[in-house]
Amino acid sequence: MFLWQFLLLSAILFCIGVYGVLARRNGVLVLMSIELILNAVNINFVAMGAFNGTAAGEVFALFVIAVAAAEVGIGLAIVLLIYRNRRSIDLHEVDLMKG
Amino acid sequence: MASIFAVESGGNVYQSSGWLLENVWLIPLIPAISFALILFFGKKMPKGGSELGIAMIGVSFLLAVLTAGQWIGQVNYADNHGTEQAHCFDFGDKHHGDDHGEDDGHAEGDDHGDDHSAAGLLLYPGETASAFFVEDGGDGNSSSPCPVISNTTWWSNGGQNFKVGTFVDGLTVTLLVVVTLVSLLVNIYSTDYVAGDRRYTHYFAFLSLFTASMLFFVVSENILQMIVGWELVGVCSFALIGHWWEEQPNSDAALKAFLTNRVGDMGLLIGMIILFFAAGETFSVFEINALANSGEISQNLLLIASLCLLAAVMSKSGQFILHTWLPDAMAGPTPVSALIHAATMVVAGIYMIARLYGVFFNGLSIGGSSINALALLGAVTCLAGAMLAFVQNDIKKVLAYSTISQLGYMALALGVGAWTAAVFHLMTHAFFKACLFLGAGSVAHSVHSFDMKESMGGMRKYMPHTYRTFLIGSLALMGLPPLAGFWSKDEILAGTGGWGLFGGTGGNGAYTFALIMGTLAAMMTAAYMTRVLYLTFFGEFRGAHHLHHDDHHEEEHADHGDIHGHADHGHDDHGHEAVPHESGPRIVVPLYILAFLALTTGFLNFPGGFQLVPKGWQLRFEHYVEPRSATEYFPKIAHATPSWTLAIVVTALVLCGAAASYLYYFKRVDAQGGTELVNGLTERNALAGWGHHALVNKYFLDHIYDSGPAQPASVATPAAGLWATAAGLGLGFTLGNGLDISMPWPIIWGGVAAVTIFLLVQSALLTGIGIASFVKKPMAYFINWFNKSVLDGVIDNTGKGAVAVADVVYHKIDQGVVDGAVNLAGAASSGAGGELRRMQTGKVQQYAALLFGGAAILAGILMFVI
Amino acid sequence: MIPVLAVQTAQTIFFWVIAAVMIFSALRVVTTKNIVHAALYLVVVLAGVAMQFILLGAEFAGATQVLVYIGAVVVLFLFGIMLTRAKIGNEEKADHDNKIPAILTAVLLASVMIFAIFDWSSDLQFTVEKATTGNELGRGQIVLEEQSVRLVSDSIFSEYIVAFEAISVLLLAALIGAIVIARKE
Repeated sequence: MFLWQFLLLSAILFCIGVYGVLARRNGVLVLMSIELILNAVNINFVAMGAFNGTAAGEVFALFVIAVAAAEVGIGLAIVLLIYRNRRSIDLHEVDLMKG
Repeated sequence: MASIFAVESGGNVYQSSGWLLENVWLIPLIPAISFALILFFGKKMPKGGSELGIAMIGVSFLLAVLTAGQWIGQVNYADNHGTEQAHCFDFGDKHHGDDHGEDDGHAEGDDHGDDHSAAGLLLYPGETASAFFVEDGGDGNSSSPCPVISNTTWWSNGGQNFKVGTFVDGLTVTLLVVVTLVSLLVNIYSTDYVAGDRRYTHYFAFLSLFTASMLFFVVSENILQMIVGWELVGVCSFALIGHWWEEQPNSDAALKAFLTNRVGDMGLLIGMIILFFAAGETFSVFEINALANSGEISQNLLLIASLCLLAAVMSKSGQFILHTWLPDAMAGPTPVSALIHAATMVVAGIYMIARLYGVFFNGLSIGGSSINALALLGAVTCLAGAMLAFVQNDIKKVLAYSTISQLGYMALALGVGAWTAAVFHLMTHAFFKACLFLGAGSVAHSVHSFDMKESMGGMRKYMPHTYRTFLIGSLALMGLPPLAGFWSKDEILAGTGGWGLFGGTGGNGAYTFALIMGTLAAMMTAAYMTRVLYLTFFGEFRGAHHLHHDDHHEEEHADHGDIHGHADHGHDDHGHEAVPHESGPRIVVPLYILAFLALTTGFLNFPGGFQLVPKGWQLRFEHYVEPRSATEYFPKIAHATPSWTLAIVVTALVLCGAAASYLYYFKRVDAQGGTELVNGLTERNALAGWGHHALVNKYFLDHIYDSGPAQPASVATPAAGLWATAAGLGLGFTLGNGLDISMPWPIIWGGVAAVTIFLLVQSALLTGIGIASFVKKPMAYFINWFNKSVLDGVIDNTGKGAVAVADVVYHKIDQGVVDGAVNLAGAASSGAGGELRRMQTGKVQQYAALLFGGAAILAGILMFVI
Repeated sequence: MIPVLAVQTAQTIFFWVIAAVMIFSALRVVTTKNIVHAALYLVVVLAGVAMQFILLGAEFAGATQVLVYIGAVVVLFLFGIMLTRAKIGNEEKADHDNKIPAILTAVLLASVMIFAIFDWSSDLQFTVEKATTGNELGRGQIVLEEQSVRLVSDSIFSEYIVAFEAISVLLLAALIGAIVIARKE
């Protein structure tokens, strides 16, 4: 297999994820887009690991999965809190840091 | 005795010096610590700090006595043991380019001051120099003790090491004992005299500081240290004279003392600098003396240095012309006068000459001549001081002028080469003068005034102890045997060597004029002291009015303000009969101690060949104190043989002087009553009257110093004449003698100089007066016009111009340009901020967009550009 | 027995098919207005990723992906959607009004990355070789060198042990943090 296939796939997923992060208004949807990004990166890791013939890529992908799980947990907790306080998770309204 | 005080290093020929001799810096340190402690803690102590001062100066005195003991042991050891050393110290090749001709057995080109010991010679500079002994050039069984020098380098710069250290020889230990003893007695005396004073603690602190400074000066090892000590004692003198500075005359007197000393200090600095360079850039006293003695330094250079240093001596030791501060310094408390202006500080100049005697002896060519500047100065001071003492009504001022006169004796002695006589007289004078001063203080303490004519008289019955001690002191001062003054004064007069007519005394030259002037002064001393004795202790008591007032604290005399030293008069127990009372034991006991010393100190230096005492008792002082010329730092001076005839003649003359005064006062004035003869000589005879007038005005010196030559011609012309003559003669003699020109020429030159100066001064005066009379009025008008139109006009216009310029500057430049720029900057910032603020929307996703966009661009740059 | 080329062709075909599905689903995740649908599309993407892992010979990672992501994370998302009262059906406020910056950024990023990928790795190839444990099927044709799980476990517990411990602590922290943040006062 060609390496560029996987890397290309990874890149496209990554960019779609970036688009999602920037364009989505709902907090949960933003988190989903972040998951897209993370998975894209995972593909990249494993592909490079397989290309080099080591298990390092796979191992790191496992770590990323763990971290992503933790991050989603915390992220959703925060979104929940925002929902509780503001009755909405519209990111348009979360601009208290406006200068 | 040697083994008690000195340590022998086993098996070695050389004996190391005693511990105290090497560590003599302790002796000035203890009073310095006392000063600091009294200053900080004195007020809290039960006796206001005085007990601390007394205790610590007592310790210093003890150490000084022990040090003297060690030095005596040193000298004894030297007398009984030979040595092979030829030099006290070896200087190596410190003297750049100088060719000594001295072969010390080491190679040329050695580094400065490094150790290259040869046969155990300790080389200079070292940390501590043990005392070595040099060959006496005599029997091989005795040697001459070297001074004990101990120093450290405290700073080093540009190849020059600045050292601080101690130099101990016979002169040093003499002064150590004298200073500490007199200081101790003065401290004890002061506890009674200034009890209840407004600045009691401060006074004792400064007494300690003065003692420390004087001791520091005395043990100085190099001339830089001597300058420091010199200035320090000057400062203490200023502080103590002005102790009651709230009264203007006291602070004026303190300032006068300090400033007059400053004038002389210029000479000190210049002289020391000349010596520094002449001796090859070294400050060490030993080295300078050694080089001066060995002929390394040219005689002209030494002469100039000596003359400069003489200026310093003139101011510090109250020699003529710059002595005017001493009588005014009597404004300070009497114990201060006793300590500083009689016994110790004023002898600093004499000490300096004695210490640097190699310089002076060679510079002024003291050996083998008949006149030199120092001898002349001393002789003139002797006489001038004695003459002035006659017309004083204030007892302290009499003693002040007497001090000036006696200092003249010491200078005279040094000037004729009688070194030991001078130092011995220094010691005896310290004791009997301090006795006299403290006695005067005791009297004044009880009558609350220093004026003899107004408030004393007949004190003999009220104050017997003071009378007895004062009498002993006066007899010592007059120089009557067997009291101390006789021995020292006689030694001085014998040392002048001018007695050649009557059997010869040897000595260093034939200073006949010094002999005559000294004898005259001795006669006058006897006369004025008899006068003082009469006015104070005999006759009727005139001071009753002083004792009646209970509130005479405010009564001040213009000359002195230290009468009311204590709060508790003790007059409460007086009934209607106001009589003075004897002072307490703290005053009287020191008086007795000093009187005892005045009686017995003379026996320390019986003249050589004095048939009445065994040979072993003769010249003890000289033996231990005078450095031997083999030690290289002391010149080879000749010693005069004393003569019975001289002694008897001088004593007879002194008794004549006393008798004349006795007749005048004890007989005629007493019979008449009052204090002076009515229609006395000075009123009958015009010349005598003028002489009296001159004396009362202190030779018009103060007029000249204070207000310049703008005096009426009646005063100015004769004064100018007097000074011109003196200056011219002195100049001529000195130059002639110093440059070794044979005799008639100096006198001729002196006369020419005198006439020239006189004419110059006179014409200046007359021209001044002439111009003043003819040109005054138009000049005044012109000056007034000039002042108004030109000067004032310029100033006014300048002012107006300045205002206009300022106006423009303010409105256009300051408000417009500067403020505009500042405002613009502010507005620009604010505007930019407002615009940039819009970037912060608070929307996270926007930030994220920027983040990712930025990352992409960065990546692009990394890929494509780099 | 299966020729190498055939295997490789099969791998490539599988890859492209799965990739296409993934990309389509991903696009739907970020564009659909229905939140629940987005979650479901996400599941598809995640599954696709797991398949890619298996294609790359990382079975353990693939299994973990399915277990953790699809099994836990997506369920978490669904819970989150439920608790935040997301609308059933389309939601109007799902996207920003102005999507231009997002599109631009994504396109920019994509172009940079794609260019970099092709610039660097346009000719890099590799094969995933797996050893059999000795059955007839693969002998002599394709040899499994090592079993990947064993490799992974050896790596984790020797070389990357520190990271492993750190991850455990991280998970603990996340657990506690999430509880603390989200609990009712």
